[in-house]
Amino acid sequence: MSEVEFSASEMMIVAAARELAGQRVCFVGVGLPNIAVNLARLTVAPELELVYESGAFGAKPARLPLSIGDPCIVTGATAVVPMVELFAYYLQGGLVDVGFLGAAQIDRFGNINSTVIGPYEHPKTRLPGSGGACEIAINARQVFVIMRQSKRSFVEKIDFRTSPGNLGGAESAVRARREEGWLGSGPSVVVTDMGIYHFDDSGQMRLDSIHPGVTLAAVRETMGWEPKVAEPLPVTPAPTSEELRLIREELDPDGAYTK
Amino acid sequence: MRDAVAALIHDGDVVAIEGFTHLICFAAGHEIVRQRKRDLTLARLTPDLVYDQMVAAGVARKLVFSWLGNPGVGGLHAIRRRVENADPAPLELEEYSHFGMVGRYTAGASNLPFYPLRSYFESDLPKANPLIRPIRSPYGEETVYAVPPLKPDVTIVHAQRADAEGNTQMWGLLGCQKEAAFAADRVVVVVEELVDEAVVRADPNRTVIPGLIVDAVVVEPWGAHPSYVQGAYDRDNRFYLEWDAISRDAAATQAWLDEWVYGIAGRAEYVARLGVERTAELRPSRSAPSGSVDYGVYE
Repeated sequence: MSEVEFSASEMMIVAAARELAGQRVCFVGVGLPNIAVNLARLTVAPELELVYESGAFGAKPARLPLSIGDPCIVTGATAVVPMVELFAYYLQGGLVDVGFLGAAQIDRFGNINSTVIGPYEHPKTRLPGSGGACEIAINARQVFVIMRQSKRSFVEKIDFRTSPGNLGGAESAVRARREEGWLGSGPSVVVTDMGIYHFDDSGQMRLDSIHPGVTLAAVRETMGWEPKVAEPLPVTPAPTSEELRLIREELDPDGAYTK
Repeated sequence: MRDAVAALIHDGDVVAIEGFTHLICFAAGHEIVRQRKRDLTLARLTPDLVYDQMVAAGVARKLVFSWLGNPGVGGLHAIRRRVENADPAPLELEEYSHFGMVGRYTAGASNLPFYPLRSYFESDLPKANPLIRPIRSPYGEETVYAVPPLKPDVTIVHAQRADAEGNTQMWGLLGCQKEAAFAADRVVVVVEELVDEAVVRADPNRTVIPGLIVDAVVVEPWGAHPSYVQGAYDRDNRFYLEWDAISRDAAATQAWLDEWVYGIAGRAEYVARLGVERTAELRPSRSAPSGSVDYGVYE
């Protein structure tokens, strides 16, 4: 097995890719999800159909696209459709198994902010906003999140709820999904540079795996609430040399994502 | 381009230069800047660098959008300065999600009073933008959200080719150009290549915008740079990265506008300034023609 050194970002990308094993149709968000999903396609999930909100279905990019609207996601794709069809028929029609999102802030219930830091009218930092994230969070069968963990990103209270997760807890989320006719069952996985979280019966994030070399104390220091932790807590298997080779040589040779 | 922009775009207009990463008509955006249009409302799903540049140049008072970033790179700093610090002036924002924006154009193109969609539940977006409203189904108990039609005064679309009548064909990512064009009062089509009507008629499935709704056809090779044209040239990712550094500094941004927009007459001069080395790098590695289909003749 691998004795090669790896970065925290590489561990995060590899762990996120492995979570996609067995999934079929994945809606790919901009940034970190893009590389994780492409790694999954080359390793644990060869049958994965990549859906990009720009309109490509079944993309087979020959290089890692910098943006989610790159020409390489078109050449060789199964279908390229207008955005209204992609959102209305593919996503709202219920064909997307996993929506893979990034986030600037997340709370313990998996509610996501990608809009502003500070008040909406007078933001301290104006972030990009929803893009397709809001409707992906509501209509994908389940939602995966990949993001770096810090006191600023893992917060007790997000500044703006761009994309709903488990709201104030499982009970309220289940009721809203039923009454409002959401297609999805909400967030199921959050992968960070420190570990892997799933959601427990109360709808809260639970640390289910900790990455090699990371301490529980360090995890606690980088989040705004006291985390639930699985017992026993396994250590995430380190990236294999093949996973690292794919990231370094094929997917991200310039280190844009893994710096 | 000069004539089309002068004749069809007026101060205060709602202008949509659409194209999702692909086929973004920077040439038109720069001409609007050169003609010093003012008080425009700029609509686009992803304002991208083209609106960051136009906002920096002072042509806009408002943005209507759904994702405000430099794709794959980071933020749009000229826009952020205006939003975060009102520097040099405030910028009004009207914000949706992608599906909401696409739905708005679709309602506009279909002449309907709203577009219904399953989004926005339990999100703060309807609080931030009260034009996003819940609506009860007339056929049951369900509630969905509605967004209002967006009918730009002018929509500008870049494409691979059109004939002289404006019958426009494009391939690759189609974004929501068709919807934005049908929703608009006036349409400008900018193409890499003007083709004979027979070329269009040989492949009618590829026609996205009919000349019927087109007010001007402009031939402007490389008009979408630094975005891209499928099959013709690649996205200039290097420039998207460079813009991140340029746009962080207000003075550097103005200097860039002086050099690349105000200081030149039009796109041909811009392309010459880019240089053959840069443009050669952006060509596809090799061609990937579609298989042809047989429409048949029925006499």
